[in-house]
Amino acid sequence: MTKKLMKGNEVIGEAAINGGCRYFFGYPITPQNEVPEYLSKRLPEVGGMFVQAESEIAAINMVYGAAGSGARAMTSSSSPGIALKQEGISYIAGAMLPCVIVNMVRGGPGLGGIQPSQCDYFQATRGGGNGDYRLIVYAPNNLQETADIMSEAFETSDYYRVPVMILGDGMIGQMMEPVEITPPKKKRNLPAKDWATTGTDGKRKPNIINSLYLNPAQLEEHNLKLEKIYEDIKANEVRYEAYNVEDADVVCVAYGTTSRIVKSAIMECEEEGLKVGLIRPITLWPYPDEAFDKIKKDCKGLLCVEMSLGQMIDDVKIAANGRWKSYFYGRTGGMIPEPEDIKNEIKKIIRGEK
Amino acid sequence: MSVVYQKSRGLTDVSTHYCPGCTHGIIHKLVAECLVELDILEKSIGVAPVGCAVLAYDYFNCDMQEAAHGRAPAVGTGIKRVQPDKFVFTYQGDGDLASIGSNEIVQVAHRGEKISTIFVNNAIYGMTGGQMAPTTLIGQKTTTCQDGRKEELAGKPIKISEMLATIDGAKYIARVSVDSPAHIRQAKKAIMRAFQTQLEGKGFSLVEVISSCPTNWGKSPVEALNWLRDNMIPYYPLGVYKDWEAE
Ligand SMILES: Cc1ncc(C[n+]2csc(CCOP(=O)(O)OP(=O)(O)O)c2C)c(N)n1
Ligand code: SF4
Repeated sequence: MTKKLMKGNEVIGEAAINGGCRYFFGYPITPQNEVPEYLSKRLPEVGGMFVQAESEIAAINMVYGAAGSGARAMTSSSSPGIALKQEGISYIAGAMLPCVIVNMVRGGPGLGGIQPSQCDYFQATRGGGNGDYRLIVYAPNNLQETADIMSEAFETSDYYRVPVMILGDGMIGQMMEPVEITPPKKKRNLPAKDWATTGTDGKRKPNIINSLYLNPAQLEEHNLKLEKIYEDIKANEVRYEAYNVEDADVVCVAYGTTSRIVKSAIMECEEEGLKVGLIRPITLWPYPDEAFDKIKKDCKGLLCVEMSLGQMIDDVKIAANGRWKSYFYGRTGGMIPEPEDIKNEIKKIIRGEK
Repeated sequence: MSVVYQKSRGLTDVSTHYCPGCTHGIIHKLVAECLVELDILEKSIGVAPVGCAVLAYDYFNCDMQEAAHGRAPAVGTGIKRVQPDKFVFTYQGDGDLASIGSNEIVQVAHRGEKISTIFVNNAIYGMTGGQMAPTTLIGQKTTTCQDGRKEELAGKPIKISEMLATIDGAKYIARVSVDSPAHIRQAKKAIMRAFQTQLEGKGFSLVEVISSCPTNWGKSPVEALNWLRDNMIPYYPLGVYKDWEAE
């Protein structure tokens, strides 16, 4: 196959189908409407089904039912809609159901705005719903990467029985880039979904999809079982891009759309002879702590850049673990940081003015 | 020796946690018998609610999913869309269905989803200790309306069967009771009809079962059934509100 010029939200739809997704349940919200629109047309063509739910709450619970039936199912939404889905996401995590949730983040809080934002980092990585659980969270920064991550997401989720969240924004959703959608590179050995509720057919004991454990000892046991899976994910699924980290006097940390802008700022700095590196987490959970170990001892500081008032900065500080000073620069509400402003922040750190 | 009566194999051997005199047990038995008599137990997937029937997944002898509070119709939709050849039912209380899940139940009927719902109306929140439900009668005392439900504060009790019968996608809607042997027989007939509605691919079906909660009504099992007959049935008339065959 050759590369095709595609729009971000459509890449998500087509790559989902490529990854084996056959069921989509969703409710309209800007800036992700092209995802359900695309899939409403495409899914029936591949023997799948699209359902426009009455709300985000219903949509995620339809995903619960479909995933519990053994299907590859997904939903997508944007910030206020993802907030409504949190109850269902928590139940899905508790019941160990695989599925994929896309959040094309927009400014908040409340109804906020519709412009690109990264203000849902806490919600995605800290557990937006109740309980001790994790999601595997990916934040691609270009459309080929979006296609690859989306194509693999269902396989990954099936393997761990942990829901996957893809975090993008209106910029990723609306931009057009050449993309090649290829079968998932990482093929996993997937066990049969013998836990799915498909009817006993008189051949086995009933299967139960459930997250209720009234006995605290049993709930703790269940939580510890989940924790073991999360540890496994931490050991095997961390993804990041590191650029000139070893030699840098300042290391920037940014993900998704913001990382593209930071990259331009870094290029400009390089032209001026400054040594600036970039750590770009591709998985926001598990967080790429290990990427920071390559930073030199006398690096002058880390600069976390986000389209928020500072959320990932907490993870940067945890990863830095006191080894370097961590600084933050961000724009919020749908405003986008300018390369020039990022450059100024980098220079202030180098001059010791921060 | 011939067996005259035995527990339905539609139920597991687990003994239920329901209070003495609670009619949830009778309703479970009727649902289980219908699943067996229609020979669909092995292809059934049930959805349990949040409420006293939350543990229904341990009692029905078929595949089960436990849904979030009020969301059983959405979960059932997901199951049925993936497995259109299977039989899908939800079992929900009145707090679950008529309050927090009122949107889900209206929309599942609106889409004409081919699933069946058993709606247990006991005019109270049983599991959480007897708070007011949307179905609580005017004047009925609960822990959150200790002087009795007042219309000016809480409105009049909602009539779910009448409301859902107005929705085109709902193809069979009936209200029954399980307070007497005669009513129990009628209830079973209605559940059979509801299940057949799904099996014939007609659309959504629901049976509202007027049920007792002796514990939170503060009554003995016998008093509770008497109260149900004297107060609930007059406000919630029994009968078939919609039947695709009659149309
Ligand atoms: C989101 C959420 N809100 C509240 C509760 C607490 N809760 C558990 S059961 C219940 C009411 C159940 O009442 P009903 O549906 O009438 O069933 P019954 O117990 O009477 O059979 C409530 C409010 C919950 N589990 N989840
Ligand atoms: S609290 Fe009421 S509804 Fe719940 S089991 Fe007891 S009697 Fe039945």
